[in-house]
Amino acid sequence: MNNLKKIEYSLKKRKRQESRFKIYGLLGIATAVSFLCIILSSIFMEGKKAFLSTYIKLEVYFDPDIIYTSNDQKEEDIKFANFQKIIKNSLNSFFPEISDKGELRKLSNFISSSEEENLMKLVLKNKQLVGQKITLWLLASSKIDVINKNPDMELIAEEDRLISDLELNWLNEIRSANNIKSNFNKNFFVKADSTEPEQAGIWGSLVGSFFTLFVTLILSFPIAVAAGVFLEELAPKNKFTDFIEVNINNLAAVPSIIFGLLGLAIFLNVMHLPRSAPIVGGMVLALMTLPTIIIATRASLKAVPPSIREAAIGLGATKFQTVTHHVLPLSLPGILTGTIIGMSQALGESAPLLMIGMVAFIVDVPGSFLDSSTVLPVQIYLWKSTAARGFVELTAAGVMVLLSFLILMNGIAVFIRQKFEKKW
Amino acid sequence: MGFWSFFFILVVLGLSVHWLATNKALKLNAKLEKGSKLPSLPSYYGTYSLLLIIFPTSSLFLLWLVGKPFILEYILLQNIPEQLSANFDGDPSMLIDSIKAVDLERVFPGTNPLIVESATYFKNLNNYSNSFAYFSILIVAFLSSYISLKKISTTFKARQAVEKSNINLLIFSSTIAIITTIGIVFSLIFEALRFFDEIPFFDFLFGLAWSPQTAIREGQVASQGAFGAIPIFSGTLLITLIAMSVAIPVGLLSAVYLSEYATPKVRQTFKPILEILAGVPTVVYGFFAAITVGPFFKDLANYSGFNIASESAIAAGGVMGIMIIPFISSLSDDVISAVPQSLRDGSYAMGATKSETVKKIILPSALPGIIGAILLAVSRAIGETMIVVMAAGIAANLTANPFESVTTVTVQIVTLLIGDQEFDSAKTLAAFALGITLFVATLFLNLLALRIVSKYRERYE
Repeated sequence: MNNLKKIEYSLKKRKRQESRFKIYGLLGIATAVSFLCIILSSIFMEGKKAFLSTYIKLEVYFDPDIIYTSNDQKEEDIKFANFQKIIKNSLNSFFPEISDKGELRKLSNFISSSEEENLMKLVLKNKQLVGQKITLWLLASSKIDVINKNPDMELIAEEDRLISDLELNWLNEIRSANNIKSNFNKNFFVKADSTEPEQAGIWGSLVGSFFTLFVTLILSFPIAVAAGVFLEELAPKNKFTDFIEVNINNLAAVPSIIFGLLGLAIFLNVMHLPRSAPIVGGMVLALMTLPTIIIATRASLKAVPPSIREAAIGLGATKFQTVTHHVLPLSLPGILTGTIIGMSQALGESAPLLMIGMVAFIVDVPGSFLDSSTVLPVQIYLWKSTAARGFVELTAAGVMVLLSFLILMNGIAVFIRQKFEKKW
Repeated sequence: MGFWSFFFILVVLGLSVHWLATNKALKLNAKLEKGSKLPSLPSYYGTYSLLLIIFPTSSLFLLWLVGKPFILEYILLQNIPEQLSANFDGDPSMLIDSIKAVDLERVFPGTNPLIVESATYFKNLNNYSNSFAYFSILIVAFLSSYISLKKISTTFKARQAVEKSNINLLIFSSTIAIITTIGIVFSLIFEALRFFDEIPFFDFLFGLAWSPQTAIREGQVASQGAFGAIPIFSGTLLITLIAMSVAIPVGLLSAVYLSEYATPKVRQTFKPILEILAGVPTVVYGFFAAITVGPFFKDLANYSGFNIASESAIAAGGVMGIMIIPFISSLSDDVISAVPQSLRDGSYAMGATKSETVKKIILPSALPGIIGAILLAVSRAIGETMIVVMAAGIAANLTANPFESVTTVTVQIVTLLIGDQEFDSAKTLAAFALGITLFVATLFLNLLALRIVSKYRERYE
């Protein structure tokens, strides 16, 4: 009896242990999944704000005395006119009680400096505007934008806040006159980097990423497919091919920053290729992507059943013809899937590109493979390292753009796999 | 001759030679009514001729691209007016740089007229030499197309020739992996050796202080840099340790649950979700660590009365752990699934519960594979760059406190090399010494992991 009781007791204990262990396992998965959710949601919460920017309505008077400094009213005058003063005057006419020079300067900081050029272009297009008074929505500066989007920031003590109590009062006055609105942030999608958050955009780095990935693709795809075909279909089993395989497996695990050092020492210092250029970035990323595509190529070549090869050889095809006419076309969907996944890895890679100088501050959208440029993930890194508060949400928005490109690419890869890949 | 006209002529030449050779082969075949025809299909003769144009021209072109700067500099150096080179104090290479830097459209007032003259000469030389090179490449192309057309006969086996050259091309493509490895090793070794010329090897490996500065002038005060890498190694280790203490439990438990407990449907949904974590770019993790996790730990510490920096080891390490989870979970999932079903059945038959089977049978027999997975994950963690660059510090503190800011090998490489620096100071060369340490460490870990995994696999097959 005693023994039976012991067993019964231990059985209970073991059952408890069993359910506890199962809960541990569930907890493990739950932790991993919740980490993913926290990361994505925190980025989304921060980033969604960047897609809107704040505009302030102003009565702008194009004062002929300010615009035409010379008597003969040339076009040159408009180009070099002091539009900052025009904006300042229109702000002053909204707040006629302000006369102190320092306060006026603070007030004029409400409007983004990019609007000076926009007004200049407006006047250049339509010269009749000079001497007229029109109502315009002008882009607010980043400080005002951040405060306007995060109302809880108004509660922070004055010395820690972005703007002083005085400026906050002005902002509230503008608000009560209903002269402020949020609108779609077009700058973010059409401009390159800038020192002012409200004028910075993702387009320049997107174009840079495109050039870089293009170089990566045209270098790595043919080389990797050729290497994969040789190693899987044609290579004799000997020390040399074993050595190649060891190298490929090893390259797949080398830290990415080492490839950056390789690019710096060989492409830049020995071959004297231009710094910060997409062509060098593409070459470095191509070397990193090679192992991924080679391994994918070999896996999908392996999946083609031997009967296909035997049939082709039985009909008199050479080994090379068998591969190029039959095996390779059949394994193409798998190779393409692997290539797209390799490309999406390359799109998210930034560490090696820091080494070859693609971290420069670049205001122009790159126009060729040799122009200085930056890429999407490096742009995110650059914005993160910038102190201005307005860049935080831009960074998060940049991450959202990067992630949506990755989702798109992986979606295409899954689509190709499901639609075209044959199950033997 | 400009590049595009050269390229156009070459393409037209290639296509027409392909067509001519195929046609010639067809005509030959038509003439040979009796007896054996040509040994290969006519199109192979066309392809052969095309290849005979492509290979020499493209290799000549590449050779020209690589060699052009050296050849032009040599010619320029020979033709610099005597007066100029005699009066120029400094290296001849500096003279060449200043000649190249002259913009002929907008010459700086006050530039030495002799330099402007040389610059004009250089510009002309540049243009003429390009035309000359393109022209000679075209001549080679014409010659080789003439030869290939002549070669077409019943004794010439075009298919074998084409396949042989194609296979050689494939072999060359495969050797790029070897070339890359050699390139990595050499670029790291050469720069690292230059570094060890200045800083003794053991001072670097066992020194306790790291402050990479070099004197700009001779005898500058407070310029004595220290290149002892121990604080960096310890920081890397600390962050890796934190990452592993997040990733190993979570990854292993998820792997056990997914492979032993989960229904196929649950497995199919959650495995890809875990793998999304591996697909998120590291810069995103870095941003998350710097903006969300770092301040979170800082607030937590402030709340409980401590004061820590927002760039703490635990923020970077913890987020790196999240990134590593899928490596551990999917690799250990594979090895757990590879444990034969008979072992499980034997354990159940003895009355063991599922958890007892996992703990006492499955995990011990999968242990080598799991250790291999962990080693791979460690090598991944020490080579990870963006998370630590964005969320860990730059100051090299020798500490084991996870709430302090530490630095890692990769962070130091990035901070030493970002920006325009002279390439011969110990400061920049130190990055390569760190790089080769990193390369050797990860290589060792990977080879060890692969060896353990492959040894384990043989046991059941």
